[in-house]
Amino acid sequence: MIGIFFVALTALCCLIIVALVAVILGDIAWFGWGSLNLQFLLTAPQQGMTEGGIFPAIFGTVFLVLLMTIAVIPLGVMTAIYLHEYAPRKSMVIRWIRLAIENLAGVPAIVFGLFGLGFFIEFVGRGIDRIFLDGQLAFGQPAIIWAALTLALLTLPTVVVATEEALRAIPVSHREVAYSLGATRLQMVRRVVLPQAVGGILTGGILAVSRGAGEVAPILFTGAAYFLPYLPNKLNDQFMELGYHIYVLATQSPDVEKTKPILYSTVFVLLVLTFALNFTAIWIRSRIRRRLRAEK
Amino acid sequence: MNRPKTMTRSRFAEGAVEWLIRASAFSAIVGLFLIFIFIGKEALPILTSPDVRKEANISKLFLPQDQAHPYSWQPVSEIPKYSILPLFVGTLKMTLVAVLFAIPLALGAALFTSEFSPGWLKEFIKPIIELLAGIPSVVLGFFALMVMASYVQELFGIVYRLNAINAGIALGLAVIPIVYTVADDALTSVPKSYREASMAMGASPWQTAWRVVFPAALPGILAACVLGFGRAIGETMIVLMASGNAAIMSWNLAKPARSLSATIAAELGEVVVGSAHYHVLFFIGISLFIFTFVLNMFAHWFVARLQKKVLGTI
Repeated sequence: MIGIFFVALTALCCLIIVALVAVILGDIAWFGWGSLNLQFLLTAPQQGMTEGGIFPAIFGTVFLVLLMTIAVIPLGVMTAIYLHEYAPRKSMVIRWIRLAIENLAGVPAIVFGLFGLGFFIEFVGRGIDRIFLDGQLAFGQPAIIWAALTLALLTLPTVVVATEEALRAIPVSHREVAYSLGATRLQMVRRVVLPQAVGGILTGGILAVSRGAGEVAPILFTGAAYFLPYLPNKLNDQFMELGYHIYVLATQSPDVEKTKPILYSTVFVLLVLTFALNFTAIWIRSRIRRRLRAEK
Repeated sequence: MNRPKTMTRSRFAEGAVEWLIRASAFSAIVGLFLIFIFIGKEALPILTSPDVRKEANISKLFLPQDQAHPYSWQPVSEIPKYSILPLFVGTLKMTLVAVLFAIPLALGAALFTSEFSPGWLKEFIKPIIELLAGIPSVVLGFFALMVMASYVQELFGIVYRLNAINAGIALGLAVIPIVYTVADDALTSVPKSYREASMAMGASPWQTAWRVVFPAALPGILAACVLGFGRAIGETMIVLMASGNAAIMSWNLAKPARSLSATIAAELGEVVVGSAHYHVLFFIGISLFIFTFVLNMFAHWFVARLQKKVLGTI
């Protein structure tokens, strides 16, 4: 009889977690939906951010994750291809690379922010300025490119893991057929493996974007701006970003009550964005997993 | 082999691409290495530079200073004080609340979905916990600051609206999905034969789960706890928004607290590059990096043990 009590207790744990998620999302949807309209999405903040919209933040976020994707997808996909198609099975190299990826995924976001400042801005950026621009300050300061590259390193494990899962789903027989027809390894990878792995790469990319769009700590000192009167259009511009905008509105607003509707709607927009991306990724992934099971 | 001449150029291109693949495979290792070097480089002057050491050195960071206020973090006062112990205490007490709140809930939930629940219910619960994992930490911070804080304050009858309990619970929300996912993986990796053998001996489902499956999955469960702990220690935005950010040397959970990570986030933006303060913040950063790195290694080791145990006994 005591057993049933404990089983009920574990069920209660589930119930509490589900209820917490429902309360958080319900609260944000309820209050966020209210002041959301097209004008809010398409105009800039006004009156010290107590009025107006969030268009520059949306634009900055999209620009940021686009740059990040360009950097992280090739790197992540090539890493996964190496691990699964090139490296000898169960070799030391593989173990070290996997360990590094696992560890990279566990590094706190704020440490990436420090790294972005210390490496990209102070070292790479300052270096470019000194060598190519005669010490003129252009890249040695917070900029969207440095924030994007910092996020690319942060999301690298996500892309590698998702791509590898897709590679694993491709039957060995497909590779053997390609080899038997005289294909080289690279031809096999390009013509046989990659086309079938598109789903996995897409999943990884989408998950990375959803993660990157929500992370604030790494961009605090690498390029995010409190407020900008213009949209970023160069790689070394600063930018506004949704997550950072939430932080600013929530903690540094001159009039908390007045900004509250705007704050809620901004949170709602960010959540809808990340969830839409996550759902797409989960949907693609479940299709890949189903294929994997069917072929086993 | 006789190949046409045009092939030689493509052979060359192929070699280049393959070289690129090999090179980028090391990006994660190189990345970790660069993080260590470039954060460590900015932290090093605390040990080496005489100018910086006059203002901030290891003994000033860790040992009591004057009689009245032995440990204080006041980096921008007339005489800057850089004792990081209040930040350490703040981090630890919020992490403790988070872990005490999140681990029992997450482990309970993992036991339920892997051992007791019907399949359809698991298919319902798992995505919801994944949803929780997908909520950006700034949103959890926002929720803790704007909504949860008032309820927590009322519930516990606390003077300060933002305090260590509030931040700790919010932090726990970020920890739950990690602990749950890793623990669930560990529990489901225990072979079915264990459960069948236990049931055949007349054990109830709870006895099977608690006395057989749970101990078998223990290394994975430990890994889940360690990873959850690491996440809580390094998490920034939630703590920055929900804790009140007062650097006080007190274990009182009802008081505001300031964490190591939130200190970096709040102060690095305004600091002069190359000042003692700047180097101290990087020193905190490298400490966080090394600490979470060690925790990750532990978790990795636990998981490896679990795999060996489970695979070795089938």
